[in-house]
Amino acid sequence: MTARRATVAGHTYEFPTLVEVMAKATPARSGDVLAGCAATSEAERVAAQTVLADLPLTTFLDEQVVGYDEDDVTRLVLDTLDAAALEPVRALTVGGFREWLLARAAAGDEPAITGLARGLTPEMAAAVSKLMRNADLVAVGRRARVITGLRSTIGLPGRLASRLQPNHPTDDALGVTASLLDGLLHGSGDAVIGINPATDSPAQTIALLELIDAVISRYEIPTQSCVLAHVTTTLRALEKGAPVDLVFQSVAGTQGGNEGFGVTLDLLTEARSAALELGRGTVGSNVTYFETGQGSALSAGAHLGVGGRPVDQQTLECRAYGVARHYDPLLVNTVVGFIGPEYLYDAKQVIRAGLEDHFCGKLLGLPMGVDVCYTNHTDVDPDDTDTLTLLLGAAGCSFVIAVPGSDDVMLHYQSLSFQDVLTARQVLGLRPAPEFEAWLQRMDLVDDAGRVRELTADAPQARALLAAAR
Amino acid sequence: MSDAFDVLRSATRARVALGRAGDGLPTDRLLEFRAAHAAARDAVHTPLDVDALVDELAGTGLDVLTVTSAAPDRATYLQRPDLGRQLAEGTRLPGGEHDLALVVADGLSPRAVADHAAGTVSAVLERLAGWSVAPLVVATQARVALGDPVGEALGARIVVVVIGERPGLSSADSLGLYLTWGPRTGRADSERNCISNVRPPHGLSYAQAAETLAGLLLASRELGASGVVLKDEGPALE
Repeated sequence: MTARRATVAGHTYEFPTLVEVMAKATPARSGDVLAGCAATSEAERVAAQTVLADLPLTTFLDEQVVGYDEDDVTRLVLDTLDAAALEPVRALTVGGFREWLLARAAAGDEPAITGLARGLTPEMAAAVSKLMRNADLVAVGRRARVITGLRSTIGLPGRLASRLQPNHPTDDALGVTASLLDGLLHGSGDAVIGINPATDSPAQTIALLELIDAVISRYEIPTQSCVLAHVTTTLRALEKGAPVDLVFQSVAGTQGGNEGFGVTLDLLTEARSAALELGRGTVGSNVTYFETGQGSALSAGAHLGVGGRPVDQQTLECRAYGVARHYDPLLVNTVVGFIGPEYLYDAKQVIRAGLEDHFCGKLLGLPMGVDVCYTNHTDVDPDDTDTLTLLLGAAGCSFVIAVPGSDDVMLHYQSLSFQDVLTARQVLGLRPAPEFEAWLQRMDLVDDAGRVRELTADAPQARALLAAAR
Repeated sequence: MSDAFDVLRSATRARVALGRAGDGLPTDRLLEFRAAHAAARDAVHTPLDVDALVDELAGTGLDVLTVTSAAPDRATYLQRPDLGRQLAEGTRLPGGEHDLALVVADGLSPRAVADHAAGTVSAVLERLAGWSVAPLVVATQARVALGDPVGEALGARIVVVVIGERPGLSSADSLGLYLTWGPRTGRADSERNCISNVRPPHGLSYAQAAETLAGLLLASRELGASGVVLKDEGPALE
């Protein structure tokens, strides 16, 4: 392998391997500095981008970032790649691919963009995203159409769904129910009603699944439930007859990262099959849900690629999508601001990462959502999450996460509020998933214009729902 | 908003039934959120008043030393946890032979340390009659694992790091206690025991935390270990 070079501002920079080209071409973020793979100057970053722009896309078929023999994610991706799907762009460079995507997006040619998904490797998506500006990521992201369904349909044009996340620090049934009802009254929950359990046990998982299922059944809500326990816990619950709509798992972009999460690819296959057998879908049969996030491989010490070199966190994130897409998920979301300032330091980095993750996920064929969120030691505030939310809405993001008043009292971080979802829908002219929208109409929770009503507690619609809390 | 929504409010600490202004939040709810976030942000970024804390800790009768990590400032500290686990170059600590070293570290909430560390340390020392305790160490820009090189240098068989925890929106002042047997650089997190959420009156009291820690210390000394092995034997943890 010969070193690749580019000259910027009179200085020639050399990049010995593909791993270094990818890492140093990545827009600045703290996690790559921590990993020791970031560009050491802005000029070096542009030099790496210049090298990357001239690489043929097929470079990524011939040359690996993480070795084929060492890593089952690389094998999964390459062994299941659809060569025909890549054909329209096979002859292009990465820079040419960016222009091709922008041209198709401007022409509104969704089928051309969407048709590539199964022919692209995660590294190809990562590479082109590194050349793109934020507006490029929005413009192309909104034309990569991915539609999935179980009891509601996710990803249709003009729709923005939300995961209602009624977490409680002790999984208290009444506490969970209160947050759940608050969300429904605000028109949230069309993507999923999904709880992060405080305790990862089959008994607790079953109790929470039955709780959500009871509310969904009582009010005939066209949505699905999920308890985001470890996949092995969900499998145990499923064996005991629990009403499992979706099997959930956090996934990473390397075999080592997935081992850190306690999962193998075979285990995910088994879980998907088990959920499919229950046949709980009405409008579709997507039964898996994955969460990802830049930095997860590094935090597990599983971020090294060919030659033991550190791989940048955004490329590794795309490889997690290469895992997820194998299991036909209903939902995938990046938890973009959760991991902390050592991976994404401030609002600029979080906003950039959120747009990259959405774009790359969609390009690779995933029903991509984003948990627009932050912790208190990251330099992000609600003004910044407003910015990212509105950008993601414009980018056609499939769903976002919402909790009461932005405050997750179990996981101790801030995500979007139910009001934030209403604002994004209103400003951008977006609507909930169609089945859920019809339910909101049936329950008279929206007015004739489709706006979620602001109800007093003694309004009949509110009383009908609040009865579930008694 | 009508009181009938109190059914929801009384069921959870979550911010339910906040009401709306159009699709946004009412102004008072918006300001409440900002106040909570401001407290959490200030807890992270307001530096620890080291002199004041040293004066307070001197009341225990023990010598008090100060160290800093290899992270030169808050911004570096937040982005480079590896530097927060190493002592600044040239740090010198007096070697000795002790049962226990106590390290008070600013962590992610210097405010928690300012509010609760001295009270917690006193309550712990009261329960350790007969233990030989090394000089107290106040550490800034410090992560939990900074206790390993400190404890090692002091010649302590066990180190306890008393550290400010990542502030939550409604808990900016939460203190954590981390016990490690045989401190030395490179110890894994699985070799530690943790008592979290020390923040009277909402969380654990100093006495509760000290009682639990004293039990863990006795068990650790007997077992010659800490972490997962000890957790199984020891009292229930928060």
